[in-house]
Amino acid sequence: MKPHRDRLVATISIAQAPGQGKHDPMDMFDEMQGQNGQIRSPYAKFDAWLSEEDAARLRAKSREAEDLFRLTGITFNVYGRSEAEERLIPFDIIPRIISGREWQRLERGIEQRVRAINAFLHDIYHRQEILRAGRVPQEMIANNVAFLPQMIGMMPPGGVYTHITGIDLVRTGPDDFFVLEDNARTPSGVSYMLENRETMLRMFPELFSRNQVRPVSDYPRNLRRSLAASAPAACEGTPTVAVLTPGIYNSAYYEHAFLADKMGIELVEGHDLRIVDGRVAMRTTRGYQPIDVLYRRVDDDFLDPLNFNPESALGVPGIMDVYRAGGITIANAPGTGISDDKAIYSYMPEIVEFYTGERPILQNVPTWRCNEKESLDYVLAHLSELVVKEVHGSGGYGMLIGPAASKKELKEFERKLRARPGNYIAQPTLSLSTVPVFTKSGLAPRHVDLRPFVLMSPEGINVTPGGLTRVAMKKGSLVVNSSQGGGTKDTWVLED
Amino acid sequence: MHLAIKHLTHYTYSAPVPYGVQQLRLYPKPTRGQRLISWSVTVEGATQQAEFTDHHRNHVVMFSFDPDVTELIIRSEGVVEMTDTAGIVGPHEGMAPLWLFQRPTDHTRAGKGCREILRSVEGDGNLARLHDLSTRVHAAIAYETGKSEIAWTAEDALAAGHGVCQDHAHVFIACARAMGLPARYVSGYLRMDGQDEQSATHAWAEAHVEGLGWVGFDVSNAISPDTRYVRVATGLDYTEAAPISGHRYGTAAENMDVTLHVTQQQ
Repeated sequence: MKPHRDRLVATISIAQAPGQGKHDPMDMFDEMQGQNGQIRSPYAKFDAWLSEEDAARLRAKSREAEDLFRLTGITFNVYGRSEAEERLIPFDIIPRIISGREWQRLERGIEQRVRAINAFLHDIYHRQEILRAGRVPQEMIANNVAFLPQMIGMMPPGGVYTHITGIDLVRTGPDDFFVLEDNARTPSGVSYMLENRETMLRMFPELFSRNQVRPVSDYPRNLRRSLAASAPAACEGTPTVAVLTPGIYNSAYYEHAFLADKMGIELVEGHDLRIVDGRVAMRTTRGYQPIDVLYRRVDDDFLDPLNFNPESALGVPGIMDVYRAGGITIANAPGTGISDDKAIYSYMPEIVEFYTGERPILQNVPTWRCNEKESLDYVLAHLSELVVKEVHGSGGYGMLIGPAASKKELKEFERKLRARPGNYIAQPTLSLSTVPVFTKSGLAPRHVDLRPFVLMSPEGINVTPGGLTRVAMKKGSLVVNSSQGGGTKDTWVLED
Repeated sequence: MHLAIKHLTHYTYSAPVPYGVQQLRLYPKPTRGQRLISWSVTVEGATQQAEFTDHHRNHVVMFSFDPDVTELIIRSEGVVEMTDTAGIVGPHEGMAPLWLFQRPTDHTRAGKGCREILRSVEGDGNLARLHDLSTRVHAAIAYETGKSEIAWTAEDALAAGHGVCQDHAHVFIACARAMGLPARYVSGYLRMDGQDEQSATHAWAEAHVEGLGWVGFDVSNAISPDTRYVRVATGLDYTEAAPISGHRYGTAAENMDVTLHVTQQQ
């Protein structure tokens, strides 16, 4: 069986500005040093602290942080490498700092986007008004394998489709944030967000008394509350929530176990579950106990061998029947992949406007859909300047970064594009912001992205302040995927 | 005309089955020209767990195996009043968009074999072309029981040159979709002329024709369904319309016996 591609590994794939990989310092926005080398205000207190610090002490601390991570066992598997290989994701001790004012705008934009995604999903699986209105072409949905017929006419409990969403953002200037990708299936990485903060608190407690940093440690509690609030009508009393994992061979198993532990709920696998009294139930020492909300980290296709892939040994046969009869909440709902597909992404500005009646607060990266002839012609003519991604790909696999590609790679991609244009989208190369990382020879700028985590329940939307900052540890690199050697940083949102 | 139906499916297992689930689509669906007078489904050896209407408006009931059963008996029976509609089921209903029925599935992906049939299909207008298609599929696949496999795709059946009603329906559907027409799979009951005892449940296809709506085509018998055909479930292909589908744990081998009586009462 194919390994599940975990989506922590999802994404970023913006190459640098045209110019054959040479940085133009005038173009580059560093979040700490700005464009002119003047420390930006969110970093003022941190910079003052840093200037008092001894480099040797910081080096020691940096090593200590690494040991801590190794001790907690937070590692991940890299697909396509030897099976047992587990790697530590590098952690960088310099935090990424966002002001309260900056965050306020991001938060509103993220909320708006998640609301729109849920309205879109409801519409697509019911009346399809957006297709009737011609705002999204019918064939974008009709030819899309992520559209799940079994969800047609199905109203998830409380009307929530994406209980957990990860919205990947990049920045190119003081006020310029772009959404790079929406992750509406089973976004991961939140355990790194929590571990990063915990590590920083242990290593540098003094920093947190100098800076008013908004806490993230209540995420597991909020997640549990949000999931419980999404319980189905069949739930009696306090909702029982559980995490469904594909098992220890999944690259994000650590996170599944971590979250279950932090929420104080059961971590279950498909073979622990049965259908009993019209409910999905888990084996306990006191017999079978019904589950009201299942936070599943198993992909749709593997979720139910009775209704989807019959070969799946990871799922729960009949869970979709119980779901459709109103006996359980599946989080996220099956079929949400239709909203985070890279081709649908290009319609997000229209989608946000259609359902909210508002202008999108967050910008989309301009996207060429290669299934459109004019776009394909443009993309083929400018291949060396663009980033080309597979519509259904993730984790930075199978993509082309034009400015960094060899002639041979460009030729090969041209052939792929001509053969299956509908399989690809292309985007311009953005000049991503940098944040310094700590190196042996001092601070050095590295490109970053940000994945905030968004919880949704019938009670409302909750965005954890900050999120996971991923950083390309190699100089000049723009690929922050953990599977491609990216690292992470603690992300601070200041109370200002 | 009233049809009285008694459908009994008897599963036996070579060893006790620790656990499993079974999904039944055994309730004749509301259809023009078809009215349920009485209907019941009873199951021995399993317990009902969920009941719902699926995205094709099929009435679905899901059962779980009772612990360590070695046999399972599923009885569906009742009386259905039938009136002739000349094979026309009528306008599309429900929330599933018509384009969904133009999407190929694993069982209904048109390949070399289907394309070859399509090259020879002729007729004035879609209805005539569909009738011609039905005739050609009938000619391309000889009806032979016991030699085909349930997992066969449309192309598998065409390559083999023989198959059962399921294969006829799949090939017809694959071709109709390749012609750009919405098409779907129907499972149900057929009273074969002059006999009360039927060898098995039946399957046929429906295509959507502008102006008429859904029209039935029974490729195996080279006709459009009439009052002898009871529609039970529909889907994009066999997997969505199967009267019974299941998933079992354990290693026991399964044996299935079906007895089906369709009797004309008036």
